[in-house]
Amino acid sequence: MITGIKRDHQRFKQIVKGKIKQNLKKYMTQGEIIGRQGKDLVRIPVHQIDLPHFRFGQRQSGGVGTGEGEAGTPVGTSGQEGGQKAGQGEGEHTLEAEVSLQELAEMLAQELELPRIEPKGQGSLAAKKSKYSGIHNIGPNSLRHLKRTYREALKRQIISGQYNPDNPIVVPIKRDFRYRIWKPVPQPQNNAVIIYMMDVSGSMGDEQKEIVRTESFWIDTWIRANYKDIDIRYIIHDATAREVDEHTFYHTRESGGTLISSAYRMALDLIKKDYPPDEWNIYAFHFSDGDNWSAEDTKLCVDLLKGDLIPKLNLFCYGQVESRYGSGQFIKDLLDHFREEERLVTSKIENKEAIYRSLKEFLGKGK
Amino acid sequence: MRHILPPELHKAHQEIREIARGYGLDTFDIIFELVDYDEINEVAALGGYPTRYPHWRFGMEYDYLNKTYTYGLQKIYELVINNDPCYAYLQKGNAIVDQKLVMAHVYGHCDFFKNNMWFAHTNRKMLDEMANHATRIREFQDRFGVEVVENFIDICLSLDNLIDQYSVFQATQQRQKSDLLQEEDKNDSVGLRKFQSKDYLESFVNPKSFIEEQQRKIKEDQEKQRKFPVKAQRDVLQFLLQFAPLQGWQQEVLSIVREEAYYFAPQAATKIMNEGWASYWHSTIMTQHVLKDSEVIDYADHHSGTVSARPGQLNPYKMGIELFRDIEDRWNKGKFGKEYEECEDSSEKARWDKKVGLGKQKIFEVRKLHNDVTFLDSFLNEEFCERQKMFVYGFNRRTGQHEIVDRDWRKVKNQLLFSLSNFGQPIILVEDGNYQNRGELLLVHQHEGMDLEYEKATETLRNIHALWSRPVHLITKYNSQNKLISFDGKEISEKDA
Repeated sequence: MITGIKRDHQRFKQIVKGKIKQNLKKYMTQGEIIGRQGKDLVRIPVHQIDLPHFRFGQRQSGGVGTGEGEAGTPVGTSGQEGGQKAGQGEGEHTLEAEVSLQELAEMLAQELELPRIEPKGQGSLAAKKSKYSGIHNIGPNSLRHLKRTYREALKRQIISGQYNPDNPIVVPIKRDFRYRIWKPVPQPQNNAVIIYMMDVSGSMGDEQKEIVRTESFWIDTWIRANYKDIDIRYIIHDATAREVDEHTFYHTRESGGTLISSAYRMALDLIKKDYPPDEWNIYAFHFSDGDNWSAEDTKLCVDLLKGDLIPKLNLFCYGQVESRYGSGQFIKDLLDHFREEERLVTSKIENKEAIYRSLKEFLGKGK
Repeated sequence: MRHILPPELHKAHQEIREIARGYGLDTFDIIFELVDYDEINEVAALGGYPTRYPHWRFGMEYDYLNKTYTYGLQKIYELVINNDPCYAYLQKGNAIVDQKLVMAHVYGHCDFFKNNMWFAHTNRKMLDEMANHATRIREFQDRFGVEVVENFIDICLSLDNLIDQYSVFQATQQRQKSDLLQEEDKNDSVGLRKFQSKDYLESFVNPKSFIEEQQRKIKEDQEKQRKFPVKAQRDVLQFLLQFAPLQGWQQEVLSIVREEAYYFAPQAATKIMNEGWASYWHSTIMTQHVLKDSEVIDYADHHSGTVSARPGQLNPYKMGIELFRDIEDRWNKGKFGKEYEECEDSSEKARWDKKVGLGKQKIFEVRKLHNDVTFLDSFLNEEFCERQKMFVYGFNRRTGQHEIVDRDWRKVKNQLLFSLSNFGQPIILVEDGNYQNRGELLLVHQHEGMDLEYEKATETLRNIHALWSRPVHLITKYNSQNKLISFDGKEISEKDA
């Protein structure tokens, strides 16, 4: 059975997301139903668009029902039984179940982009690179593989009994010759790398780390969904910096002082080692509470940024979370020095709600 | 489409068909389709018709069905459409006993579709008609743009309850023919009414003031006759179709929406009866014939779920089946007519049994002649209300919730009938298509105690304006005060009227 429902469904989802037919937005109501997934109750948002009709106001309307009860007994009329069930009994918690990560990333993609991405690196010159990865029995002499050729000859001689261990002379004949062959390997059009740096010093409370992790998680999700073959590196720092893997980055808890320059140095090292700027688009994100150890270190950071880092980068994003202890001075220092610098973006993230705004500040389109 | 059922279902179908015929159920040929859950959700979202015109609201319905099915909140057992042949859908993976129940239920529905007089006018080739509608609307979308056409459909849908739900007995052509112009020339011959008199008495017998009065009246009458439409018209869509300045394709779209609204109207008008009738028959066929011992528990579970009475809600399945059974019982025992009504001894009434055995005959008659309103009006009585524990509830402003108000059966009945009349929709009429002699449109809401939802009413007014293109007005009441709400294309205004 073929119905057009999938297209209707797609269209409805687009309306819900506000992409088309904005005029219907005012008729939209968001209800939710409580479902069950395994042990958990899940809260499933259900959107309804209610086209206007001449109809009776709901409040005044009474009705007829059946059941026990005296006059004055309240009746549930709205039929949302699920709503009353939720929250009953301990240990039942509800989860949001609506959009998949993939869908969310697609939604983000509507509004975000990696700015100033440029064709860089080998990949942009030749979309396909030849890689010598195989052996064949015909080919040009220039690609002759001597070792394999002699091995074939040796095998042939042993099998045919011509080989004399006392006088090990191996003479290849034509059918022994082996040649290297190549395979074209697609190269990414744009080489890009993202370097995350996070301040995990003592002044960063759990809440701040949570915000940072959430934000970098979304940047990550979005990037992975929209750009293929992107390198991602993670650096955490307190007074010293170290490179970590993804898991550690999202899960580590440390404490200590803060020397931001350590992270910048580390990033610089990484770039020098692995990502020559003429071949790579490099994006760096740094999250901190802005509470650097000393003014000297801040000065060092500024110098590092100005002299080394920023010229190599497509974009440097600095996100500062609000901290109870920190002075939050760093963002001001950065702004003082880099107000004119297009490639440095700062954003203040006061709380979780601000994450989305901050994402847009970093990666919003049309800047 | 898969027409071939697996052998065990095919056998069950044949068995049920024979039993149904034996009882005198008279149906179109019924074709059962076995579909999986996703397909049944798809078809259900489209109102039972695999081919509908493209529109987001079907997607919305699908979205809901899909989510609720996924999280185990609902499952569609049965889906049947009013068509010849009648198509019904069975969901793959349901237990065989459920499938049998659904088949028996479908036979009830189909008999109802075919024989109930409120369905007599419906197009029995609607499956094809819907597909034609889809083709036409797709053509329009190709020519004028998807969004343009869809927006127009949205507007039409917003008005699709403004049909004359009781006009279904006028043949389609008659409904379309206008009675607006027929009276036009009637009044030319009507002259001044004067008393005969001699010349010299003329000014006394017919004084000037009298003549003027007469002239004014005639003029007024003529004004009235020129009123357009002559009689207030309930089929607002029809009026717009004829007189709104629409482009060809827009007229077509509006008439498609209107046609489908009329097609679905009887189903809304007979919900309680239709479900009651089908439940009555699945219950009869299953428990007296088809059910195997091993299936009794599952059947009982499913059946009781279908007809369960939820506190505070009216389950049409339950109400319908109970009332049909009550009628059957009363007519079997002869509990009707003058003698029974006049009997004042309640215990004698309760014991009453004349063994007239007219029950089956009566319920078949009822299913032919009634709709929900007349069904309840004729057969809902005190004993029934009490037995079903029915009550009236209302909104209590003080506590902010709905509460039980009364259990008096007359009030229950009144409230029920009120909520069903005009299918729970407000009655809106076209009063004047040339309001203030400026080509403006005046609608009147026949206020019967309940106010319109203001926000929705103004939005709907905007939509009517989009079709009429001249200012539109609605007379209604808010808090017992007559109001004239107007939309002139720019803003909503409101004044006492």
